[in-house]
Amino acid sequence: MTQLMIEIERVGKAYDGRPIVTDLTLGIPKGALCVLLGPSGCGKSTTLRMINRLVPFDSGTIRVGGEDVLSVPPEALRRRIGYAIQSTGLFPHWRVEDNIATVPRLNGWSAERVRDRVTELLVLLRLDPEIYRRKYPHQLSGGEQQRVGVARALAADPDVLLMDEPFAAVDPITRDALQSELIRVHRATGKTIVFVTHDIEEALRLATVIAIMDRGRLAQIGAPLDIIEHPAGDFVRDFVGVQGIGLKLLSVRRVADRMRPADNSDGAPIAADATLADALAEMVSRRADRLSVADGKGATIGVIALADLVR
Amino acid sequence: MRGLWKTPVVWVGLLFVVLLFDMQALRPLFAAWFPAVQPEIFGRARFVDLFLSHLGLVAEASAAATLISVTLAIFVTRPVGRDFRTIANMLATIGQTFPPAAVLALAVPMLGFGTRPTVVALFLYGLLPILENAIAGLEGVPDALLEAGRGMGLSSWQLLRDVELPLAAPVILAGIRVSVTIGIGTATIGSTVGALTFGTPIFDGLAGNKLPYVLQGAVLVALFAIVTDLLFAVLARRLQPPG
Repeated sequence: MTQLMIEIERVGKAYDGRPIVTDLTLGIPKGALCVLLGPSGCGKSTTLRMINRLVPFDSGTIRVGGEDVLSVPPEALRRRIGYAIQSTGLFPHWRVEDNIATVPRLNGWSAERVRDRVTELLVLLRLDPEIYRRKYPHQLSGGEQQRVGVARALAADPDVLLMDEPFAAVDPITRDALQSELIRVHRATGKTIVFVTHDIEEALRLATVIAIMDRGRLAQIGAPLDIIEHPAGDFVRDFVGVQGIGLKLLSVRRVADRMRPADNSDGAPIAADATLADALAEMVSRRADRLSVADGKGATIGVIALADLVR
Repeated sequence: MRGLWKTPVVWVGLLFVVLLFDMQALRPLFAAWFPAVQPEIFGRARFVDLFLSHLGLVAEASAAATLISVTLAIFVTRPVGRDFRTIANMLATIGQTFPPAAVLALAVPMLGFGTRPTVVALFLYGLLPILENAIAGLEGVPDALLEAGRGMGLSSWQLLRDVELPLAAPVILAGIRVSVTIGIGTATIGSTVGALTFGTPIFDGLAGNKLPYVLQGAVLVALFAIVTDLLFAVLARRLQPPG
C-alpha cells in the first residue's frame, strides 16, 4: 500500500441544498499526478478547492500529509499547498520575481534565499532568469504567464500542488508544451499534484492516476490504461469515449514498453518516453514502418516497428 | 525629472505664484480697465494669506473626506459590509446634492462663523466622488487575483494591502482629484461666513461693486484649481501600474 498524501473521506458539500459533492472518498498517493476528470458541474473543481479550504465542506474529513486540514488555520494550510489556476491570477503590479516570491516572503524567507529560489524556479520552468525576473505579467505571453503561475505555486516548495484547469485558456500548441513541462516538473520534483480538467486527452497524457467524477460522486479511479480498458459503468465508457478508443490506448502507452533492442539507427530517432500515438504519427508522416528509439540522452537504444504498435 | 519642465504644471504654477506674491504688477492694467476703482488691487488681506487659509480649509476637508470615504468603501466591499453599500452611497449622494450654501446656513448656528462650518460643508460635498471611485476601484480588482491570493495563503488584510488597494489606487486617486478640484472652487463660499479664502475678494468686490477684486479672486482660485489638478495628473502617472 503506497502512502497517501491526500485523503478525502466521505466528504459532502451542498450549495443552497443542492448537492455538489456527495459522500466522496478518494485517496491520492504521495508523488502521484492525479487528474480529477469529469464534465462541467461534476464537482471536480469544488473538490480541489476543498483540499485547501477555499471552499468549506459540510461533512467528512480531508487530510493532507496525514493532518486534518481543519486542524490548521486556512492561511497556514494554503501556504503549504501550491495553487495554480486557469487565469493565472498573477498580480499585474508586481514583477515576475515578486509574484513568484509571494509565499516565500509571507513565510519570512531572507531576501537572498528568495532571490535564489526565484532563479531556481525560472530555470526549472525554462524561463531565462536574466530576461524574465524583472518583467511584468502583461509583458509575457499566455504560456509564459502559466509557467510563472506554476513557478509561483511551487515557490515555497510545497508537498502538494493543486491546479485548476491551468492550461484550458491557452492555444493548443502552447498547451502541448505546458503539458510536457508539467510532466517534466512532476518527475523532477516528485510533488503530489492534483490537476482538474474536463479534457480526456489532457488527463491521459498527464495522469499517473485518474479520478473520474460524475454528479458529485467518484465514478472511477485508476491508472489511465485501466480506465480505458476497464471502464466502470456506462458513464465512464461514454465519457472516455468508445470511438477512437484504440487511438486513446496508443496515446497512453509508451514507446519504451513496445520497442525491441537494436543498435542500428536510421533516420531521426523517437524518444523512448514518447507515446505510441506519437510513434504512429511519425511513421505515417515519414512513410516508414520502423523508427529507431533514443533514450533521454539521445543514444539509440532500440527500434519500434509498425507491427509492435498493435501487438 | 528633466521632462517636468516641459509640463504645463510648471508654467501655470509659476504664473500662480507670481500673481500670488505680486498682484501689484497688474495695477496699471486694472487702472486702465476700471479707472473708477480705488485702490485697484484688493488690499484687506494679503493674497498669500488668503491662499494659505484656503489651502488649509480644502486640505483639512479633503483629507477627512478621503479617510472616511476610503474606509467606508473598504468596509462596504468586504463580505460583512456588503449590506451597507446602498446606504453608504445614498448618504454620500445626499452630501453631494445638498447645496454647500445650505450646509453653511445650517452649520453656522452650531459651529459659529469662520472656518469650521466651511470645512464641514466641503467635507460633506467631497465625500461622494471619492466614495464612488473607491468602491469602483476595489470592485474592479479581478476575482482571479483574489482567488489566487487567497489560495496562496494571503490573509484578507494582506490581500487588501498588497493587491486590492495598490490596484485600486489610480481609480481612488482620480476620485480624490475630482473632489479636491471641486472643493477648491466651492471653498470660496466660505468667505460668506467669515472664512478667509480667495472668495473674500470676490464677495468684497460684489458687495462694494469693485469688479477688479472679483477678477483677482476668481483668477487666483481658477489657477489654484488648475495647478492642483495638474499636480494630481503628475501623481496619477507615477501611480499608474505597469501595463
